[in-house]
Amino acid sequence: MTSLTTKYIEIQGVEQTFKTRKGPFRALQNINLTVAKGEFVALIGHSGCGKSTLLNLIAGLTTPTEGSLLCANREIAGPGPERAVVFQNHSLLPWLTCFENVYLAVERVFSATESKAQLKARTDAALAMVGLSAAAQKRPGEISGGMKQRVGIARALSMEPKVLLLDEPFGALDALTRAKLQDELLQIVANTQSTVVMVTHDVDEAVLLSDRIVMMTNGPSATIGEVLKVELPRPRSRVALAEDIRYLGYRKAVIDFLYTRQGHVEKAA
Amino acid sequence: MVSAVFHSPLEAASAARGSDKSKTRDAGPAPSAPAHKNMTNPTTPSSATQAAAPAMPARASWDASVLWLAVLPPLLGLGLLLLTWELVFMATGGSIPSPRDTFAQAVQIFSDPFYSKGPNDQGVGWNVLSSLKRVAMGFGMAAVVGIPVGFMIGRFNFLSRMFNPLISLLRPVSPLAWLPIGLLVFKGANPAAIWTIFICSIWPMVINTAVGVQRVPQDYMNVARVLNLSEWKIVTKILFPAVLPYMLTGVRLAVGTAWLVIVAAEMLTGGVGIGFWVWDEWNNLNVRNIIIAIFVIGIVGLVLELALIKLATAFTFEEVKN
Repeated sequence: MTSLTTKYIEIQGVEQTFKTRKGPFRALQNINLTVAKGEFVALIGHSGCGKSTLLNLIAGLTTPTEGSLLCANREIAGPGPERAVVFQNHSLLPWLTCFENVYLAVERVFSATESKAQLKARTDAALAMVGLSAAAQKRPGEISGGMKQRVGIARALSMEPKVLLLDEPFGALDALTRAKLQDELLQIVANTQSTVVMVTHDVDEAVLLSDRIVMMTNGPSATIGEVLKVELPRPRSRVALAEDIRYLGYRKAVIDFLYTRQGHVEKAA
Repeated sequence: MVSAVFHSPLEAASAARGSDKSKTRDAGPAPSAPAHKNMTNPTTPSSATQAAAPAMPARASWDASVLWLAVLPPLLGLGLLLLTWELVFMATGGSIPSPRDTFAQAVQIFSDPFYSKGPNDQGVGWNVLSSLKRVAMGFGMAAVVGIPVGFMIGRFNFLSRMFNPLISLLRPVSPLAWLPIGLLVFKGANPAAIWTIFICSIWPMVINTAVGVQRVPQDYMNVARVLNLSEWKIVTKILFPAVLPYMLTGVRLAVGTAWLVIVAAEMLTGGVGIGFWVWDEWNNLNVRNIIIAIFVIGIVGLVLELALIKLATAFTFEEVKN
């Protein structure tokens, strides 16, 4: 049981090669990573370093060319609701209301065991958690980008996933909205004790949110360059951390990796 | 000539319904239009009022600028048509009837559109209705077959590769070339005409539906995969709503083609119908009725088109990305 809690997600020797017109393109090689239950891991790296590729592998949207991925000791064979994904561009269905978008997910996971009223209650609860009860009957076209992303998070969380996968969830938002949603995410993750893997290119976001930061080298043939353990006490407060010497140290370490050792992104790509 | 006049209110109508994009497009020609007539009308019509002009000019509010741009240009266009017609009437020495004679005849015809004196002499209402019935049947069957086939072709690459050569080969064939096959197989004029409508209206629906399915954004399909939705849910909750705008475009093109083809098909097959009526009046050398028929065909086509555009805009969601 201890091995399951410390090695909830296990990635062993994963390599991902894409067939392109110019021949095979190796995006990732020799990826080894374990994520413990309840841990928050951030994947950070320059654009095109394969961090989203790695996330898609964990999600099961793609299968690796080499190596294996396990989640709760079972091989990841395909996508499934136990590994919920929040996509970068929210990916809400524009013809459904916010409620219906979340309900679609809830219905899929719980309709076998629960009544319609319970499913509706779950959907309402998920929307309430991200503070969108008032917008439940609106369509995605009628709400702001930050609200859409919150619906995306509500949809993912409503499925009570074992693992929450976030693919640059706040990348398209303005700085203020992003900060607000990061704080909300901290709160939600603290409440639900979810296991989270998050792709980001924002250093502050990575340090603020995660327990460990996985820094990736530049592609092609990207791999894990360094793993940084962030030992800041929780709950974390953005304002208090801004002057915290440890916070600044972690931040410096990540920036050092990204810009000093992996800085020549244009040349490498 | 006829089509030119009857298309301009259509465009005005689509501009009226249009989004901000069409409003900005309208802003271009708007200032140039009053420039010619500044002497007679001092009010400067804004592009916004032009874009907001309703499809039916008569119902426009009695604001002078609205009247100026919404009512006058279409009336001028109609006037030009009548003038040309009158000139042709005079140039041909009366073998083409004058607008006035034709109008008088039209009033007489439309005062009793639903009479029936045997199969070869029926009112214009019956003719239009039986043509519409044929179009509806042929088109309906084409939709029932074509839309699911389009879905299958769009969903499965194998089927797409299998059917694309066939569609490419058969689509350019004039629908009337299928009429003899229809006559041979169905041994009757009426089913043969319906068959012709079927074959000409199926291609736009198959092709547009297939393209729509292929263009469903990958993001939506990823959502379906992560949620592990059943194929039924994928079709009803994701594919169908995403494809609907494409499908309705196909339907609109199909109805347009079907209405074009039915006239030609009925000329060849006979019976009751607007196409047959045109041919019959030609045999009677009743040119006034032929011209009336041309107007009737144009107006019915316009109404069908407008209704389908209206339907399509109701089901188009802003966020459906290319």
